[in-house]
Amino acid sequence: MSRHRAWELLLAALLLAGAQALAGEPQKAEAAGKREESATGARSGYHFLGPELRALQDDSFANPGTLWLERGAALWRQPAGEAGRSCESCHGRVGRSMAGVAARYPAFDADLGRVINLEQRINRCRSERQGAAPLAWESPPLLALTLLVTRHSKGLPVQVAVNGPARASFERGRDLFRRRLGQLNLSCQHCHERSVGRHLRGEVISQGQVNGFPVYRLLWETLASSHRMFAWCNDAVRAKPYAAGSREYVDLELYLKWRGRGLPVEAPAVRR
Amino acid sequence: MRPLLSALVAGAALWVSVAAAQVQSPVVDFRVVGDAIPQPLTAAPPNPQRGRAVAADSRLGNCSICHHLPLPGVPEDAFGDIGPSLSGVGNRLSAGQLRLRIVDASRLNPRTLMPPYHRVESLERVAPAFRGRPILDARQVEDLVAFLLTLTKPAP
Repeated sequence: MSRHRAWELLLAALLLAGAQALAGEPQKAEAAGKREESATGARSGYHFLGPELRALQDDSFANPGTLWLERGAALWRQPAGEAGRSCESCHGRVGRSMAGVAARYPAFDADLGRVINLEQRINRCRSERQGAAPLAWESPPLLALTLLVTRHSKGLPVQVAVNGPARASFERGRDLFRRRLGQLNLSCQHCHERSVGRHLRGEVISQGQVNGFPVYRLLWETLASSHRMFAWCNDAVRAKPYAAGSREYVDLELYLKWRGRGLPVEAPAVRR
Repeated sequence: MRPLLSALVAGAALWVSVAAAQVQSPVVDFRVVGDAIPQPLTAAPPNPQRGRAVAADSRLGNCSICHHLPLPGVPEDAFGDIGPSLSGVGNRLSAGQLRLRIVDASRLNPRTLMPPYHRVESLERVAPAFRGRPILDARQVEDLVAFLLTLTKPAP
């Protein structure tokens, strides 16, 4: 082999290696992104947080939701109502009985003949099993118990049933997501589907996924339900919000859970 | 005494409703020609300084939530990027074209995200505080058009 030919081969080998390295780059980046992205392309709100807020969510000592989990655990054991029973009296240890439950809610309730969310399921237990008054929407005990139950689905893929008896609710929720509302005449879809990754003022727009609710929202300095968040968005477009726990918001919650199917449940999630 | 009182109340109510009917409609009539509203919505001359305030006020134009535009004092990272930059828009669009895009951009693009700033029809579930009122009144639209026409310097 001539000296000239050897140089040629070396150059070709280097070029090939370089090309492979370049081609490999996007694949690697894609694989890293998959951890927060479902097979359908759904991306958790976590993906749209800055590094500081991600770190806050990931650090269970610093995460402000941890305190709420402790409140929830105390409530789980606390007897309530005329029956004098606690959640634990019937369900035993929360980690065993509630594993995977939150990932399946909202769900169709055959006795009520409608779809209910986790808060409503907890309140059914209170009124029917404990003989206690239902907990008020957005009240600290209801948020804390909801977070505790959700915690025991942490990391599991969101998977709600939308065929069968939940279908009508799902379709109403999808229609609401697409309906222009308010003086600003905007639908959920305009921001959370068509403008994802763009900015409103300096704030990046997420997909509006609900796999982290109830979330600790820094703006409100408290734990908050998805329904409070929906109302906040409705206010922002100058539309009259629906009530927390309304059929409309349960429908929307079901649709959004389905839309984010496969995303891991986050609990406690931190959001801006 | 009682019939007199009710007659007085009824009379007052009638007077109030007649007075209300005489109040100008919150939205003025306009004619669209091509992609523009060539005629101003008000007879009074517009004021670009007031228009700048309309653009900046988050309860009024709130333009920077979606657009970049030269607004001194607003940090660079506090502008939205949903719509195009408004730098140099005074060279790209006429007063009439700007007017239609502000009044009701959906007449040009039914899928637009841009809210209709001077429209009260065909809006669903408007919050009570804003019901029957446009986002901007006719004078505010004209002031805003006048301000946008001053933006003739292209983006750096």
